[in-house]
Amino acid sequence: MKLNSPLQAYKFLPGTNCGECGEATCMAFASHLIDRSLKLTDCTPILDDKFKKKYAELDALLAPEIREVEIGVGDHIVKIGGDDVLYRHKLTFFNQNALAYDVWDTMDEADLVARVEQIRDFRKFYVGEFLQLDMIAVRSISDDPKKFADTVKKVMGTTDLPLVLCSFNPKVLKAGLEVAGDKNPLIYAANKDNWQEVADLALEYNVPVALFAPNDLDMLKSLAKTFLEMGMENLVLDPGTFPTGKDLRTTFHNFLKIRRAGIEGDRDIAFPIMAVPLTAWMAHDDPVSASYWETVVASVFTIKYGDIMLLHSIEPYALLPEMHIRDTIYTDPRKPVTVDPAVNDVGSPTADSPVIVTTNFALTYYTVESDLSSNGIDCYLMAVDTDGIGVEAAVAGGQLTAAKVKKGLEEAGFDLKEKTSHNTLVLPGLAARLQGDVEDEVGANVMIGPPDSGRIPGWMEKNWPPAKK
Amino acid sequence: MTKKVKLSDLTDMFKDLGNVEALEGVTIEGDIELDISGGGGLNPALAYALGHETAQISVHLANIANMLGYPVGQAFAGMAGVGIGGMAAPTAGITAPARLNKLIPSKFEVKNVEEWKHTIQEVTLGATSADGGSRKSTVTLGGENSLPFYFDTEMPHRNYVTMDVFDMPIGMAKAVKMNYEDVINDPAEWAKKVVRDFNADMVTIHLISTDPLINDTSAREAAKVVEDVLQAVDVPIVIGGSGNPQKDPEVLEKAAEVAEGERCLLASASLNLDYARIAKAANDYGHAVLSWTQLEINAQKELNRKLMKQCDVPRENIVMDPTTAALGYGLDYAYTNMERIRLAGLMGDEELTFPMSSGTTNAWGARESWMVSSPLKQDSDWGPREYRGPIWEIVTGLSLALAGNDLFMMMHPTSVQVVKEITQTLFGLKEEETIDITNWIGAEV
Ligand code: B12
Ligand code: SF4
Repeated sequence: MKLNSPLQAYKFLPGTNCGECGEATCMAFASHLIDRSLKLTDCTPILDDKFKKKYAELDALLAPEIREVEIGVGDHIVKIGGDDVLYRHKLTFFNQNALAYDVWDTMDEADLVARVEQIRDFRKFYVGEFLQLDMIAVRSISDDPKKFADTVKKVMGTTDLPLVLCSFNPKVLKAGLEVAGDKNPLIYAANKDNWQEVADLALEYNVPVALFAPNDLDMLKSLAKTFLEMGMENLVLDPGTFPTGKDLRTTFHNFLKIRRAGIEGDRDIAFPIMAVPLTAWMAHDDPVSASYWETVVASVFTIKYGDIMLLHSIEPYALLPEMHIRDTIYTDPRKPVTVDPAVNDVGSPTADSPVIVTTNFALTYYTVESDLSSNGIDCYLMAVDTDGIGVEAAVAGGQLTAAKVKKGLEEAGFDLKEKTSHNTLVLPGLAARLQGDVEDEVGANVMIGPPDSGRIPGWMEKNWPPAKK
Repeated sequence: MTKKVKLSDLTDMFKDLGNVEALEGVTIEGDIELDISGGGGLNPALAYALGHETAQISVHLANIANMLGYPVGQAFAGMAGVGIGGMAAPTAGITAPARLNKLIPSKFEVKNVEEWKHTIQEVTLGATSADGGSRKSTVTLGGENSLPFYFDTEMPHRNYVTMDVFDMPIGMAKAVKMNYEDVINDPAEWAKKVVRDFNADMVTIHLISTDPLINDTSAREAAKVVEDVLQAVDVPIVIGGSGNPQKDPEVLEKAAEVAEGERCLLASASLNLDYARIAKAANDYGHAVLSWTQLEINAQKELNRKLMKQCDVPRENIVMDPTTAALGYGLDYAYTNMERIRLAGLMGDEELTFPMSSGTTNAWGARESWMVSSPLKQDSDWGPREYRGPIWEIVTGLSLALAGNDLFMMMHPTSVQVVKEITQTLFGLKEEETIDITNWIGAEV
């Protein structure tokens, strides 16, 4: 964005401090525009006709340096790009990179459906939500428009995930668009040879389009400029992903160069970037090596500026790290990830159920909660206010103490003697050293659980209910 | 959807759209009916500006008008920026889509980063006989003038891996343990194995049995293990304590003494123990110090400052360990902490211009790396852990390599191999035949 202080944004706002946006003052709202935590449209008064000009000006000034591109429609829409910084600590990265897994038009039907289902359904619970995969890339190996269209149709019959239609043959792409044109797929790709026809298709169907110029940034920029000139802004840049050796190093440099130029204001190249780690499979025959190398390349370009990537391996040992590294990079570093301190029910606890103590660090809380609920353990789960710090660091740093546990019980109105038959708390294994203090402070029995909450089910079998004293 | 529009309506239509000066005075003759197919052909930004319906028609008409020589391109350019309430206003400079026949030539340019004016301190570990030691090879860390593998400047030294060896059998993930069962009771053999079979650049001997809560091995006995390891291998070594803040200074002092002149890395000085003793041991016997803090840039500055100013540790003897959290378990903090430290160093913060080391082995603490399967029923199958573990260590290490980390403390042979492969590839050491990706879409993989 072109603004760097709230004051600059303030000048364009109505200045009435009316509070419609949920902020007390226009200045407060302006600061949220600058850190991108609120949208300009949250100020309803400025949508009024009389502010039309100011609205338009401010909106243009607030637009992110890297354009945002949408792929797909409806619930599964994927947004990529939209970044303003080169380092996540300077603000945060927006729109996590989209992970697209491939299918191809020479697959037999049963395999195709099974693969799409696997991609569609893969999920892992993490910090209160599921990590999932985003897109399907349909590759034309046959170069036969009909086969391609049939494959696209079949994929669409199995999932609503957004699509990337991949072919360098405009006829094949057209056949795909005839089937999927109203689903706003990304078409891949225009290159130096086919760009005119692909441009016609992108215009005709009004879909985003990828530009491919392997290791030729002049050409890539040229294509982008040309497409912009023809009125297309929904562009994705693929500078080529060379999977090995010095070429991979060059690819890495290309990604850095494109993003740096874009953030520094070269509008012609300020678009989301695509990586194709799938090319790792062109370098390795053995599937485990290929899969490993693909994951490695995907990780490099998740960290350094890849906004969308096309991948092949759907082995869990590839998917899990790919999903986690993007979560790592795209987590907003400004937000303390916490849950509200409380004593919550997990399942349907009774007076005989255990009371499990943990912290209000979201990663800790949700890990513990899902370990309990997914194993069908009915209990009370207490999130102690540790300022959003996990168990071990909170014990070390003094945010998880006996006094905090006591305060938490009081504030939640949870009287152990009244609510339970056992007057017992279960502390995390990593908080074992608090046992005595908590016993004294709360006046309850304290049991020490295992170090990892994944082990609570086994621990319960041996230790719950507690022996009567 | 197909609409019939008369060309003669064009002027009227544009009139309704506002001031289109370029078209003023232009009259279009004729009364031809045109088919305008729906669904495509419109510039989305324009569609916002003009309202969808009209835009579709006008864009097509504009194309035709263009061919007829009417200056509609400018007309549209003038109109861009007319925001409709509630809609995103288009950015300036959008022109009507006109089919181009030639690519617009263009030159890509980008500048180097100007504010990276400072060099990361070089630190050499290990001493050969010429320098009073007995190592056959040495390792030099640091010397960077830009972020790792960037094009701004060449990175002078590649990344190195030091592999973990323990002075007693410890609990390990199964996938790791498999590789060490034959040497688990013999640190010297263990050290030999990682150098000979697993291509370790260095060896870390962790004296964890010295912990009073474990075996309380005496400092003297522990020092013997260090001597054995120095005998067994000729690469530089890292000497690690047990992490017990009371015992570590004593253990590291003794170890430093028996390793005099070998330029080992003493791990670690930290704020919660008597770092001055460790610094002194390093100074007295010619070693480097690992300055370890827990994910906090200011604590890192403080400790480095104390080592330099209070304890007189020379700059060329300091390596930092800002703490490694595993993928999924705080790697976001660890990554950003390292990236910030490195950027600050490059921009001249003298308290942070040191090479960095990562306890990448921490990745094996993440349940994804060692558990047989997910403890959560809702999760998809996690697949075989034999493959999950090493890649967890790889991705953890690789991320930190990109944040500026120089030295990796690692455990699994496959992880070591792959982390070396990718970091040396990005560094530029790997010559491979070019793979032709121009037609990757059609590849049978
Ligand atoms: C990330 C991290 C931080 C982050 C914390 C961010 C946050 N929001 O929590 C930051 C940078 C702030 C931090 C700071 C510090 N940290 Co720190 N930190 C870590 C790190 C790398 C990961 C911790 C983590 O998030 N684990 C993941 C979460 C999910 O684990 P968890 O909360 O423990 O939950 C698990 C278990 O406890 C269990 N569980 C949870 N609840 C329950 C309940 C029951 C009943 C049961 C049975 C089980 C159970 O299951 C959960 C899932 O496995 C560890 C090292 C490491 N690799 O483990 C060091 C570590 C925890 N930190 C440590 C220290 C010393 C500190 C500092 C004191 C450093 C300093 N000198 O300033 C500060 C303290 C800050 C403060 N408290 O104010 C030490 C603790 C040493 C010790 N044992 O005393 C560690 C172990 C590093 C080390 N080896 O020295 N740290
Ligand atoms: S809604 Fe708009 S005018 Fe009202 S206070 Fe918020 S920013 Fe100001």
